[in-house]
Amino acid sequence: MTGTVETPVVELHGIEHSYRRTVALRGVALRVLPEEVVAVTGPSGCGKSTLLHVAAGIVRPQGGLVRLLGQDLDRLDETERTRLRRRRVGIVLQFGQLVPDLSVLDNVALPLLLEGHDRQAARTAAASWLERTGMDDARDATPAELSGGQSQRAAVARALVTGPAVVFADEPTGSMDTLGGELLLDLLVGAARERGASVVLVTHDNVVAARADREVRLRDGVIETESVLR
Amino acid sequence: MSTAEVVLAILRARPAHGYDVKRDHDDWFPDARPLAYGQVYATLARLERDGLAEVVETRIDGGPERTVYAVTDAGRARVRDWLSEPAPAGSAGADEIVRKAVAALRTGGDAAGFLQGQRLAHLRRMRELTDVGPGADPAARLARDHLVAHLDADLRWLDLAVARVAAADGASAKGQPTTTQEAAR
Repeated sequence: MTGTVETPVVELHGIEHSYRRTVALRGVALRVLPEEVVAVTGPSGCGKSTLLHVAAGIVRPQGGLVRLLGQDLDRLDETERTRLRRRRVGIVLQFGQLVPDLSVLDNVALPLLLEGHDRQAARTAAASWLERTGMDDARDATPAELSGGQSQRAAVARALVTGPAVVFADEPTGSMDTLGGELLLDLLVGAARERGASVVLVTHDNVVAARADREVRLRDGVIETESVLR
Repeated sequence: MSTAEVVLAILRARPAHGYDVKRDHDDWFPDARPLAYGQVYATLARLERDGLAEVVETRIDGGPERTVYAVTDAGRARVRDWLSEPAPAGSAGADEIVRKAVAALRTGGDAAGFLQGQRLAHLRRMRELTDVGPGADPAARLARDHLVAHLDADLRWLDLAVARVAAADGASAKGQPTTTQEAAR
């Protein structure tokens, strides 16, 4: 890490969020520093996925403040939030969430195409990430033809193709075997560290959590413990 | 660990003197306690006495005399038998954390605090063990994988224990009797 005073890439203050009568988050505060890898853990239903969606600007919390890459998300309209996410944030969800009608290559190129990059340049960058994730053989396949692990690898390639400042990953190895999960984490955490990006990982898997610099453990919508692991 | 059988396996890979046996052992199991020289020489002497290893050469390479041992046919059979038998299921390695947690609960001690601290110690150790990066020697990683899997099993137990203690504390707060509360009386 560089600099003496670091501006957090993610800052959450007093986050409150509920789904109907279920309270998911109760006054959660969290800061993620540049180049930091943070694991958010806790039992099922503790609010960890909601926390990730709030921090990534996908879900607007009912209370509290979210600052992502120095921007107060409450002050941005939907278009501005989307643009911020597309340009500077990578997101990996549990089942890949690829666009079913596009080839794997076009799925990975999509964030660049939506930003107006030249089609050929976007596809070249996507192909390079697919090669790095060991997915170059599947570049012309459709998402339906992929295994769970392949979908996750493609999703990681798509999350990294824009060179994001922060990557949010929700159970990124959830549908993978141990060795496949290990390779995916090597890639995700390795690429992030190499580029100085931060990573926020939601996981119920201790082996995944152990890859982080810090563990934030939730229980019943509140942070139970925060521990530095490195 | 069955030191005699491991030493025999090392000799089965190649004839070796005591120093090499120790070095191979420590290379094979980089995260285990290093084998003490005294234990190496005592084991080699016992294996020779039992006809499982034999002296094949005595070297003097400008230094102290070194006795090179090789595995005998009986030793090879012992290694084969050892590898064909499953090890006893279950591990005694976790006993200490179970003892401490139960003792803390039974005596009204800070079981939750102990469990949280142990969980952190386990996670930190796991991080050290998994922070090897790609391309590491697969054979070297096997012993480490085993340790990581055991730590993971302990961590699952610790997570369950933390949840159980929290649930017990919750019940206690509502006035229902719990083991913790009874013990504290």
